Amino acid sequence: MPSSDQKQKNEMLQGTLDMLILRTLITGPAHGHTIAHVIEHTSDEVLQVEQGSLYPALHRLEDRGWVSSYWGTSENNRKAKFYKLTATGRKQLVAETGKWRQIVGAIGRVLGEVES
Amino acid sequence: MRWLGFIHRRDKDADLALELEAHLQHETDDYVARGLSQEEAIRRARINFGSTTRIREDLWQRNSVRLEGILRDIAYAGRTLLRSPGFAIMAVAVMALGIGTNTALFTVVNSVLLKPLPFADPDRLVMLYERSVDTNYPYNIIAPGIYAEWQKDAQSFERMAIFGGSSYNLSSDSGQLPERIESVRASADFFSTLGVAPAYGRVFTPADDQPQAEATVVLSWGLWKRRFGGDPSLIGNKILLDGSRYTVIGIMPSWFAYPDAQTQVWTAFHHEIPPKDLTALDNHSFMAFARLKPGVSMRQALSEIDTISRHLREQYGANLPAISLGANMRLLLEDLVHDFKTPLYVLLAATSCVLLIACLNVANLLIARAASRRKEVAIRAALGGSRWRLVREQLTETLLICLVGGALGLVFAYFAIYWLVGVRQDIAREESIRMDWVAIAFTAGVTLLSALVAGLIPAMSASGRGSLGALQESSRSHTGAQAKTRLRRLLLSVEVALTVVLLIGAGLLLKSYQKLRSSDMGCVTDNVLTMRLSLPEAHYPEVAERAMFFEQLLIRLRALPGVSSAALVNVVPGQGYGGDNILTIPELPPLPKGQVQIARRRFCDLGYFATMQIPLIRGRVFTEQERLERADKVVITQLLAHDFFPDEDPIGKHLVVDVMLDNHPRPYEIVGIVGDTRYLISEPAQPMMYFPMSSGLSRRAVIVLRSQQDVNTLAIPAQRTLQSLDKDLPVAYVLTLNQVIGASTIEASFTSTLILAFAILSLVLASVGLYGVLSYLVEQRTSEIGVRIALGAQRDQVLRLMLFDGLRPALLGLGIGLAGGAMASQLIRSMLYGVRPLDAVTFIAVAAVLLSVAALSCLVPAWHASRLDPVRALRSE
Repeated sequence: MPSSDQKQKNEMLQGTLDMLILRTLITGPAHGHTIAHVIEHTSDEVLQVEQGSLYPALHRLEDRGWVSSYWGTSENNRKAKFYKLTATGRKQLVAETGKWRQIVGAIGRVLGEVES
Repeated sequence: MRWLGFIHRRDKDADLALELEAHLQHETDDYVARGLSQEEAIRRARINFGSTTRIREDLWQRNSVRLEGILRDIAYAGRTLLRSPGFAIMAVAVMALGIGTNTALFTVVNSVLLKPLPFADPDRLVMLYERSVDTNYPYNIIAPGIYAEWQKDAQSFERMAIFGGSSYNLSSDSGQLPERIESVRASADFFSTLGVAPAYGRVFTPADDQPQAEATVVLSWGLWKRRFGGDPSLIGNKILLDGSRYTVIGIMPSWFAYPDAQTQVWTAFHHEIPPKDLTALDNHSFMAFARLKPGVSMRQALSEIDTISRHLREQYGANLPAISLGANMRLLLEDLVHDFKTPLYVLLAATSCVLLIACLNVANLLIARAASRRKEVAIRAALGGSRWRLVREQLTETLLICLVGGALGLVFAYFAIYWLVGVRQDIAREESIRMDWVAIAFTAGVTLLSALVAGLIPAMSASGRGSLGALQESSRSHTGAQAKTRLRRLLLSVEVALTVVLLIGAGLLLKSYQKLRSSDMGCVTDNVLTMRLSLPEAHYPEVAERAMFFEQLLIRLRALPGVSSAALVNVVPGQGYGGDNILTIPELPPLPKGQVQIARRRFCDLGYFATMQIPLIRGRVFTEQERLERADKVVITQLLAHDFFPDEDPIGKHLVVDVMLDNHPRPYEIVGIVGDTRYLISEPAQPMMYFPMSSGLSRRAVIVLRSQQDVNTLAIPAQRTLQSLDKDLPVAYVLTLNQVIGASTIEASFTSTLILAFAILSLVLASVGLYGVLSYLVEQRTSEIGVRIALGAQRDQVLRLMLFDGLRPALLGLGIGLAGGAMASQLIRSMLYGVRPLDAVTFIAVAAVLLSVAALSCLVPAWHASRLDPVRALRSE
């Protein structure tokens, strides 16, 4: 079943995106446009954030209570919806980051063996 | 969150649209900043962004998909149920009954046993007791002298109160009919220890609670409303109790019912009872409760008063043999509801069994239906219907059944409670039984749990693997259906087992009840009317006046048309304890130290034994001359003669008894021996001694009238006769003797009848289940049976085969049920009377009933199978 394959891949990407969004918000509240830019910029344009993924992700995070949102005025003096990291979101980020590091480390070790 | 999301999905969508718009604007700003023209910037931003609509649709769906799915499931389940209304009605009715009875019983258990008493800090309220010399009464009522010592020395209590039950003749100057009301004589701390305040006025102060104080009374809300029209200006006015004037000082709130709902007035303890009656260390006649100091445990408090009591016993035990061994204590709530615990929990267990059987039955019916829809389900599974979706459908369906059942059950429970409260006025805290949010939450919980049980079992079987098999399966083979049949048989066995347990419980309790009702009271109880009266101290202070009154009354009663004989006694058989005395026998060697002889004390007139048809075994009864100071004769019962005069002839010997309760025991000559009577139907007879009513010592009397005609017609003439002697004298408890006796068997009758009803209901459900399974089995095997018959199988062989097939789960269930019943019967041991828990007759009878019902319900489908026309059976494919 191809659909389930794809779903799995999406889920993994989503999970990663969630983590990146939470990480971005650690420096303070930001709106969607800024979040996307910060991720792209910090990753030296390697990671491209699709709006089609970003906004559903933001709403999902809000549903889970990891971020909260409010309407405010942006640096361009435009109305924008700002997202802010919640306490549970912060905890989640720590947990996710730890897990991620573990996986990266593990993969690194496996790949390292192959190289040597 | 999801539900909120669904409700707000329109707002959320608008919000998202704005948010996306903001994003586009920021993107455009970026491009403009890089030097692009406005239009070009907008174009670029839009291209980069992609479709905003898609993102919005995404979120919309995420917010709505679940709930819409649920609504669709419910609609689908509703349609499925309506397609087979017979099944739906049956299932809903069964669940409604199951849930309803559970809710009703839970409400009672919760209101009576679990809910804290409506007093301040009820966890610190304890009832105080003494442990009596004969170890039969570990929770005996207390002697006033002992209470005084506790009150003086015990440090564990904040407050303590003593009280005693009593009753008054309530009369009036304005011509209102007199009536007899139950009352409590309560010490000044009674209300403050409980922590309750009156609705109007005040309660007793220490100043009211004195022998010399003005007489005061606190009324119950009910009496105040009923008799005095709820007039608040009654406070400060006087009412007539036993012919004396009492100032009404307070009205208690309507919810207040302590010690019971029958109590209508409270009077001041020390005002009512002279100080000389409050010194005895061995006259157990009052009740007491106390409030523990904060932080003091019951164990500490008990050990403190127990020590005090044991010291008193050591000090005075030699002279006062009836002084208690020690003290005892239990929570006030425990004290009130103690007697109802086992019966109520047993009933709740029974209703739980019924509910479980109901769930299993619905599950069984659902499996049967699922089986007939096997191919449909298989096709849907093959077309991509997910397994979860199919399970969900089944669950939704049972949920729907259970929700409707639960709602109906709630209504049913409401009426059941209404009925129950009407029938069981004797239950403690009966006035507090009402359906509350806890009960409704309980119903909701039970409903969901039932839906889960009834839904998951068939859902699991419906979702079984091998949809391909189901499609390929020709009706000629029945292998695919076998797993389902096995499951159904298992369910049936459980149903049968539970039914057997209920039947055994019902059988044992019913037999107990019959034993109880048929126990020999020692007198002829039919055609006897009784009514109680009490001569008030204020109008009849002298013994001579009382003796005269009773003698006059008897003469007039005997003259009434229809009365074949009339008599007076202070307490009739079956009415209860009625007082006892320690006795000594001067003609016999003294008892070993520490031992006492106690016998029940009764007063009666000389016609009592003949009227009640209690046999005179030896000697004679009283004579008319033996009255007042010449009333120095006593009639004893056979048991007293047997127990206390093992080797001697008691006639002519003496009993030394303190009948006058003045601490001066006097000798009474034994003139006759009569047959034993029971003071309570459930208790064996006890040694008893009768003194003449004409001694005038008893203020209380029960009029006993025997007649050849309907005794109830004598009630009014007898009351008129009484009124003609004293117009302010009311009677109470106008009851036939059988009703008096029956009052103490209401518990046994109620519980056994209800459990029998539950057992029969379960039996019906189980037999419906058996019938259903076997019918289904026969249908499944139609062609197989056809082949067998075509090949020459005898029809009675087929009948036997199918019958045995159907009976197998019943037999298995019977076995498990008998074992379970043996265990359950140990739990209800305390409710049994004259029946052993493992009563063979009951067990055999239950097995026989179950087997015959099971055989009957299997016979029809089996007979159908054996009558199959082989040609038609084979062609049916």
